[in-house]
Formats: sequence, C-alpha cells, structure tokens
Amino acid sequence: MSIKIAVIQFPGANCDLDTVHVLNNVINVEADLVWHNHFKEAHYDSVILPGGFAFGDYLRAGIIAAHSPAIDQAKIMLKDGRPVIGICNGFQILTEAQFLPGALLQNDCLKFICKWVNLKVENNTTALTNQMKIDDVLAIPIAHGEGRYYTDNMKELEDNNQIVFRYSTEQGELTQEANPNGSLANIAGICNLEQNCIGLMPHPERASETILSPKSTDHGKLFFNSMIEFIKRRIS
Amino acid sequence: MPLQEFEVEITLMNKPAARDPIGETIQKDLLAKKGYDIVFNVRSGQFLRINLKAAGENEARKIVEKMCNDLRIFNPVTQNLTILKVARS
Repeated sequence: MSIKIAVIQFPGANCDLDTVHVLNNVINVEADLVWHNHFKEAHYDSVILPGGFAFGDYLRAGIIAAHSPAIDQAKIMLKDGRPVIGICNGFQILTEAQFLPGALLQNDCLKFICKWVNLKVENNTTALTNQMKIDDVLAIPIAHGEGRYYTDNMKELEDNNQIVFRYSTEQGELTQEANPNGSLANIAGICNLEQNCIGLMPHPERASETILSPKSTDHGKLFFNSMIEFIKRRIS
Repeated sequence: MPLQEFEVEITLMNKPAARDPIGETIQKDLLAKKGYDIVFNVRSGQFLRINLKAAGENEARKIVEKMCNDLRIFNPVTQNLTILKVARS
C-alpha cells in the first residue's frame, strides 16, 4: 500500500507548494495539494496544515480556518491515530481548533521574525520526531508574527510530555536570548496526548535541502521521515 | 413580535496574565517618553461593532454572547470578552 499525504490549501496559504515539493521530490512520497473545501480524509494517511496567512489572519491567526470543513475531516484522522501536522499558521489553526492546547500570541518584539533558529528535541516518540534523538539540536527557520506560545496549564503539558520542541542555543541551552518570540518556556512545538497531532512554528519544509540552509543542513527531512515511519508502523 | 435592529459593541482583550506588548509599547515607548508619566498601564485589544436583528435587547445580548462562545470569536485561553453596549440602532 502506497502512502499518500494531503497538504491543505486555505486561501492565504503560502507554504503549501513548498511542503508538497519536499514531500514529492525530496522525501519521495505521494502528496496532494488539496483545496480546503474539497478535502476527504478517507484518501489519505496523513494531513499537513501548511504555513501562510489563512483567511488573511483576520480576527486571529488560524481562527477562520479552524471552522473550515477540512478541520472536521482532520478531526476524523486525529481520532483514528493518523498524523495531523500543523506548521506555523497550521499550528495556529490546530490551537484555535482545540486539537492542541494553548494559543499563539503576537511576538513579544511586535515584529514579524524570519530567521534560522536552533530547535531542541524534547520528545522523540511523536509522529514527527521518532527519527530524532532527545536533545538533538536542529537548524531550522522560523517566519511568523504570532508565534508566542502561551498556555495557562503548563504543568499538564510538562507532566504529559507534550512539549516536543524548544528554542535553544546551538549548544542546546534554553536561554532567553535563544527564544525569538517570548514563548513560555521557549516552547516551539507541542503534541496532543496521543502524539499523532503536532504543531510547530518552525518550517521543516524550508530546511529539507542543503542548498537552502546557511549551514548546508537538511534537518527538515527528519520531520517528514518521522511522519512516514509513524504511518508505516501504524498500517503494518 | 417583530424583530428590531440592534447594535452591539464588544471588546476582546488579552487576559491580565498574557502579556500585551502593544499596550506596553504605547505606554513605555510613546506616552512615558513624551511626558505622560502619569500613565502607568495601557492594554490593547480588538473592537467589534455588530448589527443584528433580535426581538429585544436581552435577546440581542444573548445571541452575541452565544455566537462569541460557540465560534470562539474570542479565545478563552488568552482573552476576555466584554460587551460594552447593546442598543437599538
């Protein structure tokens, strides 16, 4: 059985084609770009909500898209254990749809930040990190205006091992300077209890080819390869 | 009972525990620097004016409250909703 991934296109998405490109041409897995109103979960093993500005970020980033029929379809996948991944704006959509706890607020510096950061792996058993090691430090870019993770229930996140990535220094230290947007506890990505739904602000699809990386790295591939591995284990 | 037109004004504000860098910047980097050091706090938020048809003022308020809760017009994790005004329009 061949694996098939859906990348949802909302009006205002702008990382959708990059994500499809990396899946099709770098990871060599079949991926479709699917308009959000047309998405049917039954055809797919996983769904990715890509980065961008769905519905212009009106009202709050992600809230209008969270009411899209694509999210009802994604909920079916969420419940039966298929990977549901949100990158950047996709992460904002997942929190607004309440697939993931917390919220993403405006960066504390008030600016849109686009730069390469270091990401420390905190949980390597999820659908997006099973090919990584705990404490790995990955080079990966961020590009967002609203990425400041906030939750009023940090203890629950920590107790349930739901923190997947934190912003760190190259050496893996969790300093304030390494935190680009003021996120609580340097949080860059989290998962649900079942670990099949992951949201993260950084962009693995922009870090999967060495030619795109200032450090000639391709750490982004680890994310997508983890997703493929998770799907294989699930269907075998 | 015939429906009447109402105007409802609401604000969506970050909860006190969630930092509000826009308000902080207005207070620290504008007001305080321009001599308004008597101002010690500014909080920013969003304002919506909603026009709707309802049987009465109470119903108009209830519809707006339900709509805002059900559709997460405000994010209950980080924001508070305040209804500023309900009036015939």
